[in-house]
Amino acid sequence: MLEFFSLREGGEAAELPAVTLEAFAGQSNATAVRIEPGEDARALLPHLDRIALVEVNFPAFGDGRGYSAARILREAGYKGELRAVGDVLVDQLRHMVRSGFDSFAPDQPLDPQLVDAALNRFSGVYQKAADAAALIWARRHG
Amino acid sequence: MYQYDQYDQAMVDARVAEFRDQTARRLSGQLTEAQFRPIRLMNGLYLQLHAYMLRVAVPYGTLNSRQMRMLAHIARTYDRGYGHFTTRQNIQYNWIKLAEAPDILADLATVGMHAIQTSGNCIRNISSDQYAGVSADEIADPRPLAELLRQWSSFHPEFTYLPRKFKICVIASAQDRAAMRLHDIGIELVERDGASGARIFVGGGMGRTPMIAPEIRDFVPFAEVVSYLEACLRVYNRYGRRDNKFKARIKILVHEMGADTYRAHVEEEFAHMKTLGLDPPLAELERIAAHFAPPPYETGLSDAIDRSDKDFALWLDTQVKPHKQPGYAIVNISLKPIGGIPGDASAEQIDLMADLAETYSFDELRVTHAQNIVLAHVRKADLHALWKALEAADLATPNLDLISDIIACPGLDYCSLANARSIPIAQRIAQRFADIGRQKALGELKLKISGCINACGHHHAGHIGILGVDRKGVENYQLLLGGSGAEDVALGQITGPGFDEDGIVDAVEKATDVYLANRTDGERFVDTFRRIGMAPFKEALYA
Repeated sequence: MLEFFSLREGGEAAELPAVTLEAFAGQSNATAVRIEPGEDARALLPHLDRIALVEVNFPAFGDGRGYSAARILREAGYKGELRAVGDVLVDQLRHMVRSGFDSFAPDQPLDPQLVDAALNRFSGVYQKAADAAALIWARRHG
Repeated sequence: MYQYDQYDQAMVDARVAEFRDQTARRLSGQLTEAQFRPIRLMNGLYLQLHAYMLRVAVPYGTLNSRQMRMLAHIARTYDRGYGHFTTRQNIQYNWIKLAEAPDILADLATVGMHAIQTSGNCIRNISSDQYAGVSADEIADPRPLAELLRQWSSFHPEFTYLPRKFKICVIASAQDRAAMRLHDIGIELVERDGASGARIFVGGGMGRTPMIAPEIRDFVPFAEVVSYLEACLRVYNRYGRRDNKFKARIKILVHEMGADTYRAHVEEEFAHMKTLGLDPPLAELERIAAHFAPPPYETGLSDAIDRSDKDFALWLDTQVKPHKQPGYAIVNISLKPIGGIPGDASAEQIDLMADLAETYSFDELRVTHAQNIVLAHVRKADLHALWKALEAADLATPNLDLISDIIACPGLDYCSLANARSIPIAQRIAQRFADIGRQKALGELKLKISGCINACGHHHAGHIGILGVDRKGVENYQLLLGGSGAEDVALGQITGPGFDEDGIVDAVEKATDVYLANRTDGERFVDTFRRIGMAPFKEALYA
């Protein structure tokens, strides 16, 4: 069972203590930060070049604000590790990957077979997002 | 109409496989009900009072005969021989077994249908005008954009766990036949300076806090509609309330933030979104639009109709609407027989409507938000034969937009949220006004019934609305007057204290009496109400 996994090149994880957004704001040397659902990911944009890890917390899987946070960071060019933590279930993984997450620290360990199925079941996507998945409209008009 | 290509088909097939796996995990206990709930909801599967209910999507209400026959097959094979057409232009089955749900989805996938996002806090089935493409008042067929948005919204990674459900409607006429401004996002296709695009309304809805959507943007070019909607949704996903389920719809956000502030947030996000390449090329909208090209109409047909059969003439005057093509007409099939369950159809009736669509209407049907069926392209010369076939199947009730053409939610007979029954009230009102001459004399009168405050029966938008509530364990019915879901959109006002089951039927009759005593020539019920106000109605109701 997977307590942690990464889709990043080499699968390495940044082993850094993530600080809160508030602490990050007052601490110029932190390179890992954790954001909560109600917090504004855009507050990190001026500092992206020094961040190695952003953890986005999902206290409950039904709270989808973290998906927007992830996309905002990727749209701004953030290339570091983007980790979904908390109530991360296998059935949400595909959306998380598409939103830009590349590592996962679920509260409940995940079955690797189910993870694999969830990430590979769909061969195309209907909308552009933060990933490189094959866009159906692009294929139709390629 | 739209036909799936290999990509669309692969998508629904993958979804069936995924749901089959998820259902197996639930049945074996690997998934708890709490974990399975959002998954089944995203597939339109609700746990109701007596069984599972499955809601099947009918995108923008349009389907072909083969799809319609599949709906009959499902009713016969997996349910109790009937289905219920809904105010979202979908169909629901009320007696589903969880273990069979994956097989149903597999059957649906063989005809290019699914139950994707017919429930859950995601973007739901996109609704549209049932006269799309055939009404002379449209600037274009709204369904190509609706289909483009269906695809865009399907499995949208960012907007699948929104604060609350999200409903989009697309129309293309100043005449609103789809309650457009009572949606989370209402889109009206418009022309500005010779270009076509979308006029956007955000933050409408019914439920316990009904709101009419304000205009948020006068014009968005087609080439940027997806970016604009991404901006609208992102602002909602980030700032919509999640502390209270009853304040989580976008209408509350727009209301609390103010339309101007919401618009400013959206504009800022839109400026950013436009740079990300999110919009499909216009060629994609054109590709889809080609599927909605007009069918091969015959030309030179006569517009003459033999009206000598007076029952036929009555049906003609009530159910048949003008088509933009000479020699053709739009036929409305009533699913509101007097004493029946509004929106219900048996498997046999569904099959028959499929056959009739194939024979008389270029193989196409539409489901209306008023829970009726439309055959959109019928030769006038075929109307009599069509009417005879409908009449033999109890599908020719001539009551479109009359008092017995009632919208009703399933209510306490089925729904676990309901406080009161809706169906028996609809049946009793229809029976009270059964005489068709009396109904015709009352004219257009849209009566809508909800069995709880969630307003699935659109009671806020009824010329006469009825809301069932629970008052100390007894079903009680509030009466509302003056609402409308059309271009004259308005929210109904509560008359005063509610009524019991007998009392509400009498109250409706009293309200119609006040109308008849006060109306001037050509005034509908709602026009008279607007002119004379609530006072004369209250006086009669609570004397």
